[in-house]
Amino acid sequence: MVEFWELIREPVFIVLKIVAIVAPLMLAVAYLTYAERKIIGYMQVRIGPNRVGPRGWLQPIADALKLLMKEIIVPSSANRFLFLIAPMLSIAPALAAWAVMPFTDTLVLADIDASLLYILALTSMGVYGVIIAGWATNSKYAFLGAMRSAAQIVAYEIAMGFALVGVLIAGGSLNLREIVLAQQGSLLHWFWLPLFPLFIIYFISGVAETNRAPFDVAEGESEIVAGFHVEYSGMAFAVFFLAEYANMILIAALAALMFLGGWLSPFEGTWFESWFTWVPGVFWLLAKTSLFLFFFLWLRATFPRYRYDQIMRLGWKVFIPITIVWLVVEGAAVMADIGPWFD
Amino acid sequence: MDRFGNFLKSLTLREMRKGLGVTGRYLFKRKITVQYPEEKTPQSNRFRGLHALRRYPNGEERCIACKLCEAVCPALAITIEAEERADGTRRTTRYDIDLFKCIYCGFCEESCPVDSIVETRNFEYTFENRGENVMTKQMLLEIGDKYEEQIAKDRMQDAAYR
Repeated sequence: MVEFWELIREPVFIVLKIVAIVAPLMLAVAYLTYAERKIIGYMQVRIGPNRVGPRGWLQPIADALKLLMKEIIVPSSANRFLFLIAPMLSIAPALAAWAVMPFTDTLVLADIDASLLYILALTSMGVYGVIIAGWATNSKYAFLGAMRSAAQIVAYEIAMGFALVGVLIAGGSLNLREIVLAQQGSLLHWFWLPLFPLFIIYFISGVAETNRAPFDVAEGESEIVAGFHVEYSGMAFAVFFLAEYANMILIAALAALMFLGGWLSPFEGTWFESWFTWVPGVFWLLAKTSLFLFFFLWLRATFPRYRYDQIMRLGWKVFIPITIVWLVVEGAAVMADIGPWFD
Repeated sequence: MDRFGNFLKSLTLREMRKGLGVTGRYLFKRKITVQYPEEKTPQSNRFRGLHALRRYPNGEERCIACKLCEAVCPALAITIEAEERADGTRRTTRYDIDLFKCIYCGFCEESCPVDSIVETRNFEYTFENRGENVMTKQMLLEIGDKYEEQIAKDRMQDAAYR
């Protein structure tokens, strides 16, 4: 009996840890939709959902229940297997990427050496869900959405990759934990300052990568109905939805880790630093992540959808050249041992 | 030089930041939502809602079956049948308004020589079964009896302008 316990101990603990990451993530996704509706409502001088529960706090629960109860309709001309596998293909990478996310110095599920590479690889996988969904649905709108999304993600993946190259030159490591530790010192030591253009490009590419407004041509409801998920209903649709929001949170958390010092306190290196030592690092990471998530919603409330050719132009002819130029600048800075960042 | 200025402007995302500034300001503006069942927007005394047939203060129905409303109705929503009553006066035996056809233009009210058919302020009504959309004479008279006070007050207010 004891031997059996010894045998399953490790797997059981890993599963528990995964649950401890995924369950709060799902809750965060639910309340991100609530925050989205509230914030966009406020920006449009409305008050947003406020009927279900006190101040509308139970609205996401009601929405989730509704989606759970609804029927999953599979179109008769669709490829049934691919149609049902597509949502899973889109959510699996969105969740798997969280495995290497360092929440604090010690709190990380899998502290692998090349975690940044792992995340880059997994987030690129997400597009398969969209493409397969668009293909399997066998509808022209879904197919158009899938094609748009594919081209867009290919274009922005490169800019995003280059932005991350900048980060790993500055951090001197592919490990997210070490990248954060390389930013230790003060608010000015964080990479947002030396890598400012890359920081902006990373975030905008992240918005494009997650197919969020103003880069949501894959859904483009005014042109191609709902794009790749026109024919999805019930839980199958909910899974796409979860994946999109989990990806948003992932991009926001990564931006916080790589450019805003992750779990490091923003008051580090100031004279009142000691006042905030009791605040756990996770709190700072969550606060920074929320800041980026707020930007996601703010952008959506502000800008109209980009025209398709303009998206391509921005990705290929603006972002990629800027990142390359900045990589050269950064290389020179590293060679010259400039500032508190590159010495 | 101008081209360089434009280049700098788009590179620094100037217009984007301006746009974000607008929505950012609106985030803190007072919200203008009216929480409907609890709060309501003010109504004009000329509001054109659900119809009603009125009576004189002595309880006699006003309608004399002249059929002007039926004739003027652009949606052909009104159906009237009339007969001579026992006391020799001309009265309707049937006065139906199909609320699905009605466009709430208020022409019936305008055309009525005896201020009998009116539109009340009530806009909160529903039908649950097929056929309930046709308001009969009896139903219209009951609505009139129920809201007579409000109806009379509204006509009084508007009298100066007609």
